[in-house]
Parts: sequence; structure tokens; C-alpha cells
Amino acid sequence: MKSEKIFNGALYFTAVLVVVLLVVICLTLLIASVPSIKTFGLSFFIGKTWDAASEKFGALPFLVGTLLTSFLGLLISIPFSIAISIFLGEYFKEGAVSAFLRSSVEVLAGIPSVIYGLWGLFLLMPLVRMVEMKIGVTPHGVGILTASLILAVMVIPFSASIGREVVTLVPSDLKEAAYSLGSTRFEVIKNIIIPYARSGIFAGILLALGRAIGETMAVTMLIGNSNFLPTGIFSPANTMASVIANEFAEATGISASSLIYIGLVLFLVTTIVNIIGTYVIKKISLEASKEVT
Amino acid sequence: MESQLRNRIFIDKLFKYLIIVFVSISLLPLLLILYYITRSGIAVINWEFLTQLPRPIGEAGGGIYNAIIGTFFLIILSGILSIPFGISAGIYLSEKGEGKIAHVVRLCVVVLQGTPSIVIGIVAYMWFVAPFKGFSALSGGIALSIMMLPVIIKTTEETLKLMPYSLKEASLALGVPYYKTILKVILPTGLSGILTGILLSVARITGETAPLLFTAFGNQFMNYNIFKPMDSLPYRIFYYAMSPYPEWHTFAWGASFILVVVVLGFNLIARGIAIKWKVQF
Repeated sequence: MKSEKIFNGALYFTAVLVVVLLVVICLTLLIASVPSIKTFGLSFFIGKTWDAASEKFGALPFLVGTLLTSFLGLLISIPFSIAISIFLGEYFKEGAVSAFLRSSVEVLAGIPSVIYGLWGLFLLMPLVRMVEMKIGVTPHGVGILTASLILAVMVIPFSASIGREVVTLVPSDLKEAAYSLGSTRFEVIKNIIIPYARSGIFAGILLALGRAIGETMAVTMLIGNSNFLPTGIFSPANTMASVIANEFAEATGISASSLIYIGLVLFLVTTIVNIIGTYVIKKISLEASKEVT
Repeated sequence: MESQLRNRIFIDKLFKYLIIVFVSISLLPLLLILYYITRSGIAVINWEFLTQLPRPIGEAGGGIYNAIIGTFFLIILSGILSIPFGISAGIYLSEKGEGKIAHVVRLCVVVLQGTPSIVIGIVAYMWFVAPFKGFSALSGGIALSIMMLPVIIKTTEETLKLMPYSLKEASLALGVPYYKTILKVILPTGLSGILTGILLSVARITGETAPLLFTAFGNQFMNYNIFKPMDSLPYRIFYYAMSPYPEWHTFAWGASFILVVVVLGFNLIARGIAIKWKVQF
């Protein structure tokens, strides 16, 4: 009886420890950013200067950098991830082509972010620089566009795998009914599959957004590390994650606290995005399982 | 009528080709990355590269021995910290999955999984680097173990939930105590699934750089002390890639090749186990 109790106690203890871990993570971030919150308050988010020498810290350039890179990256990735979802969920559900594409997507998802960064430095950067010279802007090579391109490549496997799942969840009687009325495959996709899978595809994109916002290494290597407000998609910038990666190791006092403040915001934003995305997907698969039974 | 029909069929075909074109384009980066890594990576790799320490710039030769050992050292360290903990929490979720606590724990697992790795790096820094005034392998291991945890918990829970209930009932009917039923009947049956989860989580952390930037940091010397900075493959790639020296850039490709082989190796083994023992997620 005693070991029974110990066993149950241990299970309970570890489960509660997960909750405690998360709470302590939150508290650590919160407490460490208190000095910065006290000094700058909410004006932290509209301050345009980030200068360690004069101890003036405003996070607006990084908020803008994060928003621009992640939305631009998502925008580029959406046609591709939807194409893969439809390709795997409707055109090629099984067989060699599907297996090949699915493993390729998995490999793409498994490649470490630092290697995406390295590849971007030696392939994307010269390409972007060439384009910049052609159209006559300062040829930095690194910048928001370069970072967005690498983000797009990195989030495609993520939203595509979720998209594939929701496309396969579309009930076949709906599709068959449309076919029997004489629809072409394109019309079935446009009128049945896309409307039905819309919220799932949206959730996949939302989860991809969560990843894009928090992505650090590849972006750090390609965004150009500039603490000024970006002026266009070609200008170098910093995202919330990349400024932490670039400056935290050498930061002390109020500048470290300000970086942790950014970390806290990053944590809160990704948490909200992830919870909404996970909730939507859970709801969809619940509805689908109800319809089957 | 006829022309309208032809139009619809034409659009249908066009759409199909459009999809195929987009899918092909999205495979392009993968091919290019693999091509670059193999072409530039293999050229650098030789026995010396694998078995020697990095040399300062200007001196030819040298290798990344310390980074390879450091990466495996960090994996083992974070595995020791997270595997027992994760499996135990996973058992809790599958056994007592309906309670209020279980729902909160599940939410926390989702949040932990989505937490940006750089944030986990900051937290590990605040806990173990700032108080002890120095970067350490231990703090890096802790950061990585926090990243492994949600994957292990989730896969353990999902594997154990798939176990047939009759198995547990049979064991309990024979008078086996509950904890022995779990430890000696349910866990061994689900071992392959749990192992798959552990390998997937290891694959996830092997390439992580961001949480190591200000925890394990890097170290150009060999180090086995967990209270000292330790090198790792991803950190070394970052360090070499951002340096201005072309020679170090080629080293970064070599290290990338090894890292990709290791990460994909873990993924392959995980998939092999999953297929062989028919695990499904």
C-alpha cells in the first residue's frame, strides 16, 4: 500500500511540477524586467530609440521588425503551404509521390535553424543583393526581405502538415455529392474543401505565425542587426528575438532588464497565438470525429 | 454550352498544374540546402576535422572535435534531466487525464512547446548563469531539457492512451498492484512509442542554438566539466558563419553537414522504431 502511495504521489508531483515550471518561467521574466517596466512603462512600446550608451530603450523598431518579417514570411509561404496541403490531402493521398513529398517536408522541418541561416547567408543574401543593385537601393543583402524569405521556407512544413490533416478531414460524402452534380475537381476544391477546411488552414497559419515570431537564429543571421526603425522591406532591422540574441550576452543593468522585458512580451504573444491555434485545431478534430460516429 | 464545359475543364487542369508547380517550387529550397551542405560540407570533412580542436585563425587545419563531443554531452545531460520527469508526467496525464489538474498541465505543455527557445535561454541564464557568474554546460542542459519536456510528455501520454484497457484489467485481476501494473505491464508495452518520442525530442534540441547562446556558450577547448562553458555543433556553426574569414565559413559547412546527419539520423531511427513497432500518433 505504501509504494502505491509513493507511486501516485510521484506522478502527481511531476505533473504539478510542469505547472510550477511554467509559472516560475513567467515570474523569472516578470521580476527581471521590473526595473525596465518601472522606468519605461508602456512608452517602451512606442519609443523609437534603443541606445545603451544613453540608457534610452524603446522597443518599437523591434516590434515593427518582428511584425514585418513574420507577416511577410507568412504571406510568401501561404500559397505554397496551401498547395502542398491540397496536393497531399486531395490529389495524391497515397502512393510514392505523396510519400516522397511528405518525407521531404519532414526533412525540411527537421533542419536546424542555424543551418537555414548559414544557407541564407551564402545563397539568399547574394541573390537579394543582386536584386537590390538592379532596382537601385542600397545593397545590404541582409534585411527584412532576406529574413522573411528564410522564415517562409522554415514555416512551410509547419502549416502544410496541419493543412494536409484538415483537408483530409473533409467528409467524402460532401465531395461525392458535388462530383455527382457534375463539378470538376477544381470546383470541388473551391466550393467544398476550402470553405470546409478554412478554419483549420487558418489555425495552421496561426501556429506558423507563432513559430515565425519566436524564430531566432536564422533571422538573427540574416536581418542585419540594426536598432533603427526599418524604412522599407530592404532595410536591415532587428526582431524582438534577434535583438535578444545579439545583445543579451553583453548586457547589464537596465539594458539587460529591457531585453528581458522584450523577452516577456515575446513569450506572452507566442503563448496567446499558440493557445488560440491549438484550441481551433482541437475543436475541428472533435467536430470531425463527431460527424464520423 | 460546349465552350463553357471546355472552359471548366481547362480551369480544372490549369489549377492542377498550378498546384504541382507551387509544390515543386517549395521543394527547391530543400534540394538546394541539401546540395550546398553536401557539396561544401564533405569537402572539409576528414579525420583531422573530426578529431582535432579548433585552431586560431591564421593557423591552417584544426577541427571541431570539442563541438561534436559537447553536443552529445549536452544531449545526455538534458536527457537525464528531462526523460524521467517527462515520462512520469505523461503517465499522470494518461491515467488521470480527466481531472482539473490534468487540463491545466496539458495547457502548460502546449505553452511550453510554443515558447520561443531564446526565451528559455534567458530563463536558464537568470537561474544558473547570473547567480554563479559564469556560463556553464549545466545551464545549457537545463535550457535544452525544458525544450525536450513537452515533446516527451505528449508522446508518452498519447502512446499510453492507445494501450488496450483489457491489458490493465488483466493485470489488476491477477492481483498485481496498480503501480506494478503501470511499471511492469503498461510502460514496457508502450516502450517503442515513448522511445520514439524521446528520439524526436532529442532531434529537436540537437540543432538548437538560441538557448545555448548565453548558457552553455562556446568553448574552443575540450571541456568535460558541467560547470564550465561547453561547445556545441550549432554554436560552432553560428560562430564560424558570422566570422569574416572564408576559411571558417568552410568549417561552418563541414559542421553543418555533421549536424544534419546527426539530426536526420535521430529522426530516421525514431521513424524506424515507429514503423517497426507500429506506433501511431
